[in-house]
Amino acid sequence: MVVKLPETTEKVVENLLRLANTKIPEDIGWALEAAAEWETDKTAYAQFGAILDNIRKAEHLGKPMCQDTGIPIFYVRGRFDSSISRDIAEAVRRSTANIPMRPNTVDPFTRANHGDNLGDGMPCVHYIPTDDDFTEITVLLKGAGSENMTRLGMLNPADGMGGVKRFIIDSVLDAGGRPCPPGIVGVGIGGTSDECVAMAKRALLEPLDHEDPDPFIKELEEELFVKLNSSGLGPMGLGGSTTVLGVKIRKAACHTASLPVAVNIGCWATRRASARITGSDIKYSQGAIL
Amino acid sequence: MILLTAPLSEKTVRGLSLGDVVHLSGPVVTGRDDVHIRALEYLDEGKPVPNCLEGAVIYHCGPIMRKMDSGRFSVVAAGPTTSARMNSLEPRFIREFNIRAIIGKGGMSRGVADAMKEVGCVYLAATGGAAVSLAEGLSETVGSEWDDLGMPETMWKFNASRLGPLVVAMDSNGDSLYEKVRNGLKRDY
Repeated sequence: MVVKLPETTEKVVENLLRLANTKIPEDIGWALEAAAEWETDKTAYAQFGAILDNIRKAEHLGKPMCQDTGIPIFYVRGRFDSSISRDIAEAVRRSTANIPMRPNTVDPFTRANHGDNLGDGMPCVHYIPTDDDFTEITVLLKGAGSENMTRLGMLNPADGMGGVKRFIIDSVLDAGGRPCPPGIVGVGIGGTSDECVAMAKRALLEPLDHEDPDPFIKELEEELFVKLNSSGLGPMGLGGSTTVLGVKIRKAACHTASLPVAVNIGCWATRRASARITGSDIKYSQGAIL
Repeated sequence: MILLTAPLSEKTVRGLSLGDVVHLSGPVVTGRDDVHIRALEYLDEGKPVPNCLEGAVIYHCGPIMRKMDSGRFSVVAAGPTTSARMNSLEPRFIREFNIRAIIGKGGMSRGVADAMKEVGCVYLAATGGAAVSLAEGLSETVGSEWDDLGMPETMWKFNASRLGPLVVAMDSNGDSLYEKVRNGLKRDY
């Protein structure tokens, strides 16, 4: 008799890191292929050729699609206990050696690199406890090229939605080719300053083909998508008709005297993976709505 | 399609035009933030700097390298990093070492374009994130310098074989495709 032992949490996290690093989420792969079809600019078309070729090779060879394997950001939702933080840290350490991932974390003062992607405050884990009967672990790999373009604007309420749109459009266009466009624009509107930035990043987890149930948000996402793609920035900032693959917005109530808006750009290789563990059943996917 | 072979002559570099798509073979040296900082510091202090920098092709890249059982390293993934971080260091770096080509992503400042025009150097845009395809073009790892800087920041020396595709995005006339795109951007608020 073969007894199948349930996978340990540590092993599940290792699986997530490997999946996210080596396989582009389906929704993003489709969006890139569609964009390549309608691109007419010669330089832009060459960029799509290189991107699609790379995606195929990375998956086939089981190698990380980008050398900047980023800082892995984890979201743990559902039921869990505090031991999960140790499991995640150990999985990061092991995956750094095994996949391999580039050792990216350094001390901010000395810039010393300990080679294991750990260190003070790492790994970065957000906890969302709920009464559900599952534990859902999601990872987002965030490279520095896109993360360094993050912007927070504490606008005045008088700036209104016009000011919000201007801030988002300027944030994306001023970033130029640095965050490896065409990618996903994550936006937070409202909340406090910290929550606003956190929302902008969480928005990147949402699959591109998911429609926001709030019609106001859906319309704003579509309007910004069209406006950004008519800018001419193009893939890698070299010109062309595809600047973003999608715009994803999260909102929260804010102080009556505030209008926070945050932009967090995901590169074309917005790498995400999710596992939902219910008892001994584990389901993997490559996106989450948080 | 143009095939370039490093080391590059000033004449070859000055013959390239914006938008040309090239592949590159020959010696390529990686250098990002810390290599630039240390090389310029060492020059100021009169300390020796690895001679592979003279007339070199510099790749703004922090690769993933795997140490093999033989003790040698092989490249796993090696796409470009954001070049703009080196904007303040690059003009002097180009002038001191007569750099002939910089491979990177996102483009560089007017100050860098001016140094490129003066010395005879081009900026070749590699596709960001295309790390597995680009690693295939860096098939031979020759060695490394300054390993104490950590894997991403180490100066890795490769012998490239048809590395690319690379787009000439800043030429040696001081022209920049990024500036052209930026000046033509439509900001529809």
